[in-house]
Amino acid sequence: MTLRDILDKLLRRQPASANTARERLQLVLAHDRSDLSPELLDQMRREIFEVVARYVEIDLDEGDVSLETEDRVTALVANLPIRRPLAVASGATGDE
Amino acid sequence: MAPTSRTILICSGKGGVGKTTLTANLGIALARLGLRTVVLDADFGLRNLDLLLGLENRIVFTAQEVLAESCRLEQALVKHKQEPNLALLPAGNPRMLEWLKPEDMKTIAGMLEEQFDYVLIDCPAGIEDGFKNAVAAAKEAIVITTPEVSAVRDADRVIGLLNTHGVKPVQLVLNRVRPKMMANQEMLAVDDVTDILALPLLGLVLEDEQVIVSTNRGEPLTLNGSKSPAARAYGNVARRLQGEEVALIDPSKEGRGLRAKVRRLMQKKIF
Repeated sequence: MTLRDILDKLLRRQPASANTARERLQLVLAHDRSDLSPELLDQMRREIFEVVARYVEIDLDEGDVSLETEDRVTALVANLPIRRPLAVASGATGDE
Repeated sequence: MAPTSRTILICSGKGGVGKTTLTANLGIALARLGLRTVVLDADFGLRNLDLLLGLENRIVFTAQEVLAESCRLEQALVKHKQEPNLALLPAGNPRMLEWLKPEDMKTIAGMLEEQFDYVLIDCPAGIEDGFKNAVAAAKEAIVITTPEVSAVRDADRVIGLLNTHGVKPVQLVLNRVRPKMMANQEMLAVDDVTDILALPLLGLVLEDEQVIVSTNRGEPLTLNGSKSPAARAYGNVARRLQGEEVALIDPSKEGRGLRAKVRRLMQKKIF
């Protein structure tokens, strides 16, 4: 937090635009670099959820599948909090 | 081939960010360091390099006639009067685009490499055929961009294509930096751009009205030893290309007055 951030808050001014620019760029570049449109990413996200949901019960509200880029390498990052294993899934893995 | 000849593509993706200005100024700056330098205008559709160098009235033959073998290379090269180490190979007629192939650009670059230490190729904007032709001739590249989202995004596309074509090293010149706006965080920071594009920074050029004045005259800033900020920046790019260690300017230290001090105080992290 900088003095400027505090002033912005007090005066209810819009925050400086450089941060917005950086965040928008990072998002659009992740899509450009992977050649995935937001629609396709959304479809992939839904399908990944479906597959994972066959094995474990996941928290759909907390879960996220997104593209992240660092040093020109783009990664698909899935963060899917598991509530508890499904009965079917534990059956499928055999005796324990 | 000149034993140390370097062929460098100057490209940006987006138009209007300063490719041609950089090519002209860097060409002159390298020539002033005593290096035999040629600038090749690969923008056949919208050529302008001749105009920025003030050589537009001295063109007789172009790359087109050289390729058609209707003139010798020496006849097409336009030598700069004040800086004889610099020559221009002008772009041909826009109709050349109908038949020009990447191989043709390789041929031209090959001929130039025999005579010059530096071959600078002024690339057209965009990533279509004009770019593909130009990139075929390049060994290394300088990507120029401004701290704006559209320019950075387009630069990123171009960097991806340069990687695919095996061009390296690829270095970055950040143009039209406005220290005040950066200090107020109303412009992408230098680190933001270099982090996002993951390229080493070869040069940092401040926004400078003298660039427009010099363009009006057809006399690149580096030609007359101008002390303006952009002239110094272009000169530094030339020296860094030659392997000299020249420190980059720090935009946040550009202002010295009370205003700049207050601005820095406002940016200080307090918790």
